[in-house]
Amino acid sequence: MSFGKLKKAYGRVTINPNWCKGCGFCVEYCPTDALEMSKAYNAKGYHPSMVKNAEDCRDCKFCEKVCPEFAIFVTTDQR
Amino acid sequence: MSGADLAPEYTTDDEAFRQQNPMAEFLRMERMPHIWCPGCGIGTVVTCFAEAIKAGGHDRDKIAVVSGIGCSGRVAGYVKFDSFHTTHGRAIPFATGLKLANPELKVVVISGDGDLASIGGNHLIHAARRNMDLMVICVNNFTYGMTGGQVTPTTPTDANASTTPYGNYETPFSLPLLADASGATFVARWTALHAHNITQTFKKALKHKGFSFIEVIAPCTTLYQRRNKLGDGLDAMEYYKEDADIQHGVDTRAVGISFQGKIALGKFVERQKPTFLDAVNAHYMKVLGDSYQLYGKTPLEKEAEERARLSATKEAKIRECGADD
Amino acid sequence: MKDRSVAEFLKTVPADPKGVLTGRHFMDGDHALAEGALAAGCRFFAGYPITPSTETAERFAERCPEVGGLFIQMEDEIASITANVGAVWGGQKVMTVTSGPGFSLMMETVGLACMMETPMVVADVQRGGPSTGLPTLTAQQDMMQVRWGSHGDYRIIALVPDSPQECFDLAIEAFNLSETYRVPVFIMTDETVGHMHEKVVIPPAGEIRVVERNWYTGPKEDYRPYDFNGQTVAPMVKAGDGYRFHTTGLTHDERGYPALTPEMNKKVVTHLVEKIESNADKIIRTEEDGLHGADVVVVSYGISSRIAIRAIQQARKAGIKVGMLRLITVWPFCETKIRNLARKAKAIVVPELNYGQVVLEVERCAAGQCKVISVNSCGGAVHDPDEILAAIKEGVK
Repeated sequence: MSFGKLKKAYGRVTINPNWCKGCGFCVEYCPTDALEMSKAYNAKGYHPSMVKNAEDCRDCKFCEKVCPEFAIFVTTDQR
Repeated sequence: MSGADLAPEYTTDDEAFRQQNPMAEFLRMERMPHIWCPGCGIGTVVTCFAEAIKAGGHDRDKIAVVSGIGCSGRVAGYVKFDSFHTTHGRAIPFATGLKLANPELKVVVISGDGDLASIGGNHLIHAARRNMDLMVICVNNFTYGMTGGQVTPTTPTDANASTTPYGNYETPFSLPLLADASGATFVARWTALHAHNITQTFKKALKHKGFSFIEVIAPCTTLYQRRNKLGDGLDAMEYYKEDADIQHGVDTRAVGISFQGKIALGKFVERQKPTFLDAVNAHYMKVLGDSYQLYGKTPLEKEAEERARLSATKEAKIRECGADD
Repeated sequence: MKDRSVAEFLKTVPADPKGVLTGRHFMDGDHALAEGALAAGCRFFAGYPITPSTETAERFAERCPEVGGLFIQMEDEIASITANVGAVWGGQKVMTVTSGPGFSLMMETVGLACMMETPMVVADVQRGGPSTGLPTLTAQQDMMQVRWGSHGDYRIIALVPDSPQECFDLAIEAFNLSETYRVPVFIMTDETVGHMHEKVVIPPAGEIRVVERNWYTGPKEDYRPYDFNGQTVAPMVKAGDGYRFHTTGLTHDERGYPALTPEMNKKVVTHLVEKIESNADKIIRTEEDGLHGADVVVVSYGISSRIAIRAIQQARKAGIKVGMLRLITVWPFCETKIRNLARKAKAIVVPELNYGQVVLEVERCAAGQCKVISVNSCGGAVHDPDEILAAIKEGVK
């Protein structure tokens, strides 16, 4: 098996901290553990999620799919 | 935001976020944020639905979404398709009329367990029996969420609900069994955690001709989870992860769900059968011959008419403008 | 001399010949209803059998495939009327038919149709009630129910035919009114008119004027499903044409989006009421005879008016100045006419096959200016003309 031409996928996460209701789904089910809950509060009193390490995002977009608030999306990082 | 510097991934421009969000083409963004609770599974179902439509390349002008009453019923108001928020339990007959009036439409019903299986139960079984060409998405959170967490025909035995405050003593429906036994030709079940699977199933169901019924078990964090001391959305998702088993094609008689018990997931039924309209058309063509033409016009004739009407209106307007000369 | 007032509609076009069974027929009211609907362009019927209306459904079942329409017998009346509302938004003209018990079941969806401003026609072939009552026998007991049957405030239009011919004619008118005002229009027949066989003349399609749905033709971004101005209604679109519109039974704004405030509800309800009430003079149809100088006026509708004619003739022979006012449109009610009549006449006699329903409106409008005499019945059979004659004689005392 040759992995020579395969490149790591990278994604750029965007989060709307005001829409996020801190449910934790994206953090819990991110396969590369790239997200975490922040300590900050938004105006509604929720802790929005945030990126722990941007380089860990593999552009799987699971967070985007599972988020109940449409508050997070991932754009493919074409590097 | 308070308590920290704004992180780079945080959007600062709400309007830009609405426009750049991949869901922008599917949601009535001016109505965001929605009314659903933290950890509610409905938003996930909507995203999966949007993904499935994107991937399937469907004509979005021909998609119509019909919903009933309840939290899941609010979906119609948020999606950017021709959408109808109808009365409690009656989304399926409404959708039936809509589809039969214009067979070119792809009509999708998105509603909850109480709406579809309790008050709407009769309509559910008959539409399934007729193999009406409808896609029905049942978001099953085991409760009537919008009205405060009452028991529904899918609430597991022993669960607590506001109208069974000492625990549920009734036996619930197994919705896939009900749909299958009634004649549905595509029956599947997933949980809100299985977002990828939901999307794949929705893609197939959108292409399926006939009655498709997809149950999505979803958390109701504010009522069902809380009343039963089951924690929050994450706890519900953990339950789904631990106790759900994918069993494609399993007999629907074996997929009942007990309180916090095993959940069988997958595509249980997929078969091909003439839809109601297929049956009607085939039958009348046999009986009446070539003269039978539903709604009297071939699609080409209709298009020609439409064009003629629009150009006539344009001409009339031009004449109006010239009247004062 | 009989005067028939004429209702006004939006622009009309000749009927589609495919649905017009031109000729002289001998048919009953139920069948004539179906033919009238087909002539008006109705191509979708979702219904449920119930005596004494079933013949209309059966006629549709036979005729729909011939004219290229669709008939579906739904699982119950609720499904029937709801499927009809859906079908309107799918672009069709729709009709259903029922009787008392089914009518009661349909009421919630009548509210939905009114709230969404959905043009449709519902016929109620009335029978003895309440409850299961007298399934095969006549009555006019749903006259208040048609007006108030659903919850909340709204207005509908109700027409009452007195013969199979009128069943045909008023069916077409009902469709025209419904498209003009985007409102459910009800045809309140009864078992007698429904099952009596009479001559029904169906003219050539070119002579039948039909209101086409007022389709919106402007730019898509500017489309608003509603226009709460209390006079006219917004043009309609149908699903599938790319307008991506939304509509709901919740109180909504002109975009069709939920707007749950007292202010918005006031806008909506005022519009739903005023669009009918402010146009009442264009909607109301009556037939009058000998009202000028009458001492007693018989106000009646439907089958009862045919019995009343006999009583009126006998009363006139006896020298009593009796006028006749036949309500072809019962809702909206002809308040002004009654008010004016009450000022001049000694008495108004109201024969109806119920315990006194439309007479309540007559009393309200007469406001004590003259006697109002109700000739009631509990249904099951038409009046004996002598009962009405006795009331006329009572009125002239």
